Amino acid sequence: MAPSLIQKTERVVQSLVTMKTIDKAFSGVPALRSAELEIVPGEVHALIGQNGAGKSTLIKILTGVYRKDSGDIRLRGEPAMISSPGEAQKSGIATIYQELNLVPLRTVTENVIMGYEPKMLGGLINWRAAHRHTREILSRFGIDIDVKAPLGSYSTAIQQLVAIARAVSLDASLVIMDEPTSSLDDREVDILFGVVRELKNSGVSVLYVSHFLDELFRICDRVTTMRDGQTVGTRKLTDTTKLELIADMLGRNIEEIEAAGMTDFGGAERQLGETLLEAKGVATGPRLHEFDLTVRRGEIVGLGGLLGSGRTEAARALFGVDALTKGEIRLKGTTWKPGNPSDAIQDGIGLLTEDRKAEGIVPDMSVRENMTLALLPKLTRNGQIQTGRERELVESFIRALGIKTANMDQPIRELSGGNQQKVLLARWLATEPDLLILDEPTRGVDVGAKLEIQAIIRSYVERGFGVVLISSEFEELVEGADRIVVLQDGYSVTTLQNPGVTEDMLVRAIAHHHEAGHA
Amino acid sequence: MSDNTMTSDKHGAPMNQQSVVRLLRNNGGIVALLIILAFNALFTPNFLQVQTLFVNISQVATIAIVAIGMTVVIATAGIDLSVGAVMALAGALAPLIFQSEFGTAYPVLGLIIAFAVPLLVAALCGLFNGVLISYLNVQPIITTLILFISGRGIAQVLTNGNLQTFSNPSFSYIGTGKILGLPFQGWLALLLACIVYWIVTRTIFGRYLLAVGGNERAAKLSGAPVRTVKIGAYVICAFLSGIAGLIVVAINSASDAARNGNLMELDAIAAAVVGGALLQGGRAPIFGAILGAVIIQLVKYTLLANGVEDEVALIAKAMIIVLAVYVQQARKE
Repeated sequence: MAPSLIQKTERVVQSLVTMKTIDKAFSGVPALRSAELEIVPGEVHALIGQNGAGKSTLIKILTGVYRKDSGDIRLRGEPAMISSPGEAQKSGIATIYQELNLVPLRTVTENVIMGYEPKMLGGLINWRAAHRHTREILSRFGIDIDVKAPLGSYSTAIQQLVAIARAVSLDASLVIMDEPTSSLDDREVDILFGVVRELKNSGVSVLYVSHFLDELFRICDRVTTMRDGQTVGTRKLTDTTKLELIADMLGRNIEEIEAAGMTDFGGAERQLGETLLEAKGVATGPRLHEFDLTVRRGEIVGLGGLLGSGRTEAARALFGVDALTKGEIRLKGTTWKPGNPSDAIQDGIGLLTEDRKAEGIVPDMSVRENMTLALLPKLTRNGQIQTGRERELVESFIRALGIKTANMDQPIRELSGGNQQKVLLARWLATEPDLLILDEPTRGVDVGAKLEIQAIIRSYVERGFGVVLISSEFEELVEGADRIVVLQDGYSVTTLQNPGVTEDMLVRAIAHHHEAGHA
Repeated sequence: MSDNTMTSDKHGAPMNQQSVVRLLRNNGGIVALLIILAFNALFTPNFLQVQTLFVNISQVATIAIVAIGMTVVIATAGIDLSVGAVMALAGALAPLIFQSEFGTAYPVLGLIIAFAVPLLVAALCGLFNGVLISYLNVQPIITTLILFISGRGIAQVLTNGNLQTFSNPSFSYIGTGKILGLPFQGWLALLLACIVYWIVTRTIFGRYLLAVGGNERAAKLSGAPVRTVKIGAYVICAFLSGIAGLIVVAINSASDAARNGNLMELDAIAAAVVGGALLQGGRAPIFGAILGAVIIQLVKYTLLANGVEDEVALIAKAMIIVLAVYVQQARKE
């Protein structure tokens, strides 16, 4: 696999990948300035940094998606010219993307062996060998599933593991994982980490990109931090702390951050206004059975629960996306039957969706057009958009939210994830909804933007509006919400009242009901 | 080519070595047009004559008008195969009306109705397409196949399959008239392009149109009336096709339901794609469509004028589409 290892024995540990002084600019704007990365064989190497720090760009250069402007890339000590994703794969670099690039309708086996099918006489595919081969690979990672079933019939976690299995079966020496845990639940994360350790033991290196810093300490050996297109440094995780990493990413010192707290909701006392929304016994489909919720003006109500507990479905029900099969919603004192999102918007509800890419941004449209999309009816006179007003408004939101964009006409797809999220948040703030539902508003967003977004949410409720906050991060709920409604298998099971809620209490609330089931 | 027609008012990209390459890639349509013009100026006899200009303008206008509509439909990630059939249908109706007893008795009123009714019927065809696509979720290519087949059939039934010839100078003005010395339909195509461009860039409908094509789910969750927008796009496309159908009839002073608009869907799609429309939606380069139509027309003319057979010209047209798609792919990186 690595003949150069034998030839050059003068160094004890031959690095697998060395990237040095990598420069890359997009239409004149530098994305990477002299960035560096070194990965040794058999290590799990974390790559962290705020959105827009240059992580993705660096990885895309390594995997041949982008071309570097200048700099030096070596694989096993040899200068490497990686000019396409295919070449990267041939050189033993496999990438597991956030959005899996597999074919859900085909079987597990087909997905694993695609392009490398074992052939019989006559060029036909030897399916028995293929299935056996696939089962063997998967069993290495402790996965025992029906390989003849369509991939799409399995959970995201299994699909991800299949993607990794495919990579390993192609003799990858480096597996790049981009936010692999963002859609996994705790148990699935454990399975994934088992696989990562298995990879490490067999000498495969893993480049692990994640916003969840706690995870890094569980499985990574070293961590490289990036900021503003530059490599800040590489640390051993055994002799570093979470605070140090955050300080590296933000370019601040540790004392400053300790003083500010880890989330930015603040803790001031608030007085609550009248009841804004009351949902009783709401059910929609197979995932939401009985959901109660009350939101008052000036209040942030958190929705806690595991993935699949019905949090997102509850949000969709309140926003009129899914029709109610049971239950009643009262909005501002009168019975309210949500028909579709545009009705909900008119009646003063906003929903920031969980899936930024699929349900949030319109990638080819500009920052301006994305931001005003939900506000258009109010910006229009006789069908014509008042562009002057539109530009003023967008300008003020870009300034108020600190959105980093070349100008408001830049396509939103060119912005970093955190800035895209801020644009979408602005889309809803601009409509000034009485009730703003935020589904994972800080997911996949770097620490800096996260604090800013949390501060924006806080100042919004202080103006007398209500917010429903859905989050997988216990810390965010505990510090951010005035009350937390805990969901379990489509039922709202309990409510925790702040101040006084701790992460432990929330975890116990979720776990307890999980064991007890539903009466 | 398309970027210029969109909303990129301020592109402050700094000039460097790559910018020439980018310029070439983003303005491939203009470059192609210049090459074709240069070739013709050098090799095609009598190309640089006013008569040639007239012929080309009057022929390109119908393609351009339909291509504008097609671009609007493609912006929703749809496609409309029924444009040629709608042309035939509108074209068959007009002479039936102004040659009827009523039309001859009240010539002015008859003429007005001869314009209004065919265009209304065309718009109804678009409504039919749009409703099927947005409410019944039938795929656009299948939905519009219905009228692609039956629309021309209806037109032929209405005319008993006969060629309808007529002499009606007032009606024929839209195909033979001149303003400032140039064919009327050329001006009309330009005017329609300006109107649709205004709709796409300045109105709420246009903004929703691009949002629905760019990310339908996001648009719906932001309150966009997705169904209405889609229906609107097909109505616009069919309405413009109706206009094109009337022009063809006016040029020929005859309505031939079997030939009017035949293969127009292919020309219109080709012009839209050459003009920079993306089949996955989200973009509506209206003036790009005009440019695409001009290129297609000029290639046809060039080959014809240099004695290349019509069948071969079809192959050349296919090559242009391949080239346009290739350039689009390259631009996406």
